[in-house]
Amino acid sequence: MFNFIPSIESRSQPSAYMNILVPIIAVLLTLITGSIIFYLMGFDPIFALYTFFISPISNSYGVSELLLKASPLALIAIGLAFCFKNNIYNIGAEGQLTMGAIFGGGIGIYFHDVNGFWLLPLMIIGGAIGGAFWGMIPALLKIKFNTNEILTSLMLVYIALLILDYLVVGPWKDPNGYSFPKTRSFNESGRMPLLFQGLRIHLGLIITLVLIFISWFVFSKTMFGFQLKVSGFSPIAARYAGFNQNMIIYSAFAICGACAGIAGLGEVSGPIGLLYRDISPNYGFTAIIVAFLGRLHPLGIIFSALIIALTYLGAEDAQLFMQIPAAVGFVFQGLVLFYLLGAELLVNYKIVFKH
Amino acid sequence: MNEILKINSITKSFPRVIANKDVSFSIKKNSVHALLGENGAGKSTLVKILYGLLRQDSGEIFFNENLLNISSPSDARKKGIGMVFQHFSLFESLTVRENLILGIDEKISYSLLKNKLNDISSRYQLTLDLDAPITTLSAGEKQRVEIVRILLQDPQLLIMDEPTSVLTPQEVTNLFKTLDALIKEGRTILYITHKLEEVINLCDEVTIMRNGEVIDSCSIENQSAETLATKMLGERLGEIKTDYSHISEKINFKVQNLSVEFNDPFLTDLKKINFDVKEGEIFGIAGVAGNGQSELMDFLTGENISFDSGSIVFGNTNIEKFNPKKRRDLSIAFVPENRLGHSAVPELSLSENILLSQFPNNNFINNGIINNQNIETHVNQVINDFNVVTPGSDAKASSLSGGNLQKFVIGREISSNPKLLIISHPTWGIDAGAEFAIRESLIRLSKKGTSIIVISQDLDELFEITHRISVIFEGYLSSSYKTKDVNLEKIGLLMGGHKNV
Repeated sequence: MFNFIPSIESRSQPSAYMNILVPIIAVLLTLITGSIIFYLMGFDPIFALYTFFISPISNSYGVSELLLKASPLALIAIGLAFCFKNNIYNIGAEGQLTMGAIFGGGIGIYFHDVNGFWLLPLMIIGGAIGGAFWGMIPALLKIKFNTNEILTSLMLVYIALLILDYLVVGPWKDPNGYSFPKTRSFNESGRMPLLFQGLRIHLGLIITLVLIFISWFVFSKTMFGFQLKVSGFSPIAARYAGFNQNMIIYSAFAICGACAGIAGLGEVSGPIGLLYRDISPNYGFTAIIVAFLGRLHPLGIIFSALIIALTYLGAEDAQLFMQIPAAVGFVFQGLVLFYLLGAELLVNYKIVFKH
Repeated sequence: MNEILKINSITKSFPRVIANKDVSFSIKKNSVHALLGENGAGKSTLVKILYGLLRQDSGEIFFNENLLNISSPSDARKKGIGMVFQHFSLFESLTVRENLILGIDEKISYSLLKNKLNDISSRYQLTLDLDAPITTLSAGEKQRVEIVRILLQDPQLLIMDEPTSVLTPQEVTNLFKTLDALIKEGRTILYITHKLEEVINLCDEVTIMRNGEVIDSCSIENQSAETLATKMLGERLGEIKTDYSHISEKINFKVQNLSVEFNDPFLTDLKKINFDVKEGEIFGIAGVAGNGQSELMDFLTGENISFDSGSIVFGNTNIEKFNPKKRRDLSIAFVPENRLGHSAVPELSLSENILLSQFPNNNFINNGIINNQNIETHVNQVINDFNVVTPGSDAKASSLSGGNLQKFVIGREISSNPKLLIISHPTWGIDAGAEFAIRESLIRLSKKGTSIIVISQDLDELFEITHRISVIFEGYLSSSYKTKDVNLEKIGLLMGGHKNV
């Protein structure tokens, strides 16, 4: 009798070469599938792909917009790498981002009529603390009650969003804002300085690059990076080595939360300059894809953040010029993740049909 | 003929070991037949073949005088062979009833199942609460579910793999009553164990295996715990030349009344463990696996520090609350049993694996930053000194053979010149060359004044290298004997749980 359900067997020696190719293959397959979808929707696939991936970055304004979106994605993703390397599945970066924006933005609102060079650094620190604080909650629950961090960190996202909602329509509402759900604007000294005149890209990009460099250093050169790696590969070996695993879990969550919090603060103190309801187009969730697409490696994360940011821009352009629903952008993100996980499985396992 | 099962020269080999070598014996109908042997004697492989989980390389099995040709456990159950595993295969979140239904191969009506269950429960005194979720049951109750599940299929031959290993004494008594009832009905039981008392009290016949071969298959009459122990362990030849001259009188390490209750059927409680080790002495702890060795090891290394009572003293320091890192700072080194994933991380290189266990004199880390140069020098020294065969220090731990990785791990620990080395199963699963090198290096280390604790199942090893020896059985540690004065029979009896030695 032929068995139609294949079994999955582990490969004894996964190819190192294919391992590096996985993200590239995933992106190629996404493009192919994307053009098929475009074709079925009645669009010229070549033109659609051009509108999606080339035209958004064909001028300096487009490149600036790309970097503006890639920067928070990369920053959150590098923070997530601290958790994921340690096999902690913190998927609540969106909430940590929101809390960072609330803490840092709150400082901005409090000092809205004060001008000082210290204001922006203080807000950035506030953002980091807010995000770290929100990240420490699932860490505490995991350590004290052995709760699943996937659930708790996700639930905390919605709590953070509702707190923000409450603040912008309630206590922090702009007194001169005609009851719009927004706060008053930050002082000019509480805004991220622009890097180039006329373009929206701001200091946040530099902060992201610096933090990514520091993360690379921590991952590859320090004992803490080593401890993260060991307890991710084998908690038993980490216990044998005598590493303080609770400390590692707290640190990973705190670092991840701080990165997301700074990213959130960068969003509100960047182009907008005030707190409002929808500060993030799901950056916290999309960054999960960025982190994995970049193989949790600092350099990989920079590239994957650029690719994913492009799907955001492409979706806007495609909607504008071709009347393709913007949701197609999320379809592309989903496809990338799907092919990435699929390709990764096939590198490590093979599918066997047995008689 | 009244033989239910006849095994005819079964051979089964795995890539590195011959698990069953020309195994032949037969089981009489309506008897309790014991299969006795140490860990690794080949018992499990043999019953896995009988139950269709493995296939023999050669040889045949006759069941009720017909050639038995099965390829899966469900085949085996259809033919009338059932098995109760040592580790339960139940769905923890489902109820007893759901587990029983899932275990039945053919379709069965609900009312018929209920009748059958009532019948089985009353006949064998196997009372079950059908609506209880499995998680809420004790180990004994879970085993009852397993037995009922098998009995629903009405097997003629029931294989039981170390059934008492997870039970309380009370539950053992109940199990034996059930087994009695099964025998009275004309069923046959193949009973796998390493406990001598059980063989003598419960079984009619016994087959003893050692190193994959059948040593003897005979009636239990005229057998005593002593004769069985000797057969199980074999005669060890050769004069033991243990050198005691370098051992000082100074006690270096002392464990007093260490007790712990885990409330977990898969862990062995430790009961008032007492022992001490002198400077330069090698102290051996013998015993069949699963009698509390790994639990004790965790307390000795500091990987687990929550026990109920007792103390662990090194020199003049109470160290029972120290984690492994703090113990290493006092110059205590550890080699746990498992290499991959415990004493070494397979995915990391040898250089990185060096970092797992750092001693005060290492200088691998300056202010949290890794000093690759110092590590590189040290790794290459370990690789050279201990003849580790590897393409280089950047090779992943998983790419090394078991013996080479073990030499590397032990080298890493010994090179720190520890005052105390605690090592579990030092030569488990490695080739003869590496085995010799490791034993030699342990003896050399002890001559430098290091105290060594060796936990091992390998009696040859313990007799070869230790100065004193104790046996652990069901969480009790026996008093210790000088290795040169003790004989194998005595150790064998202690390992089999015979207390009156």
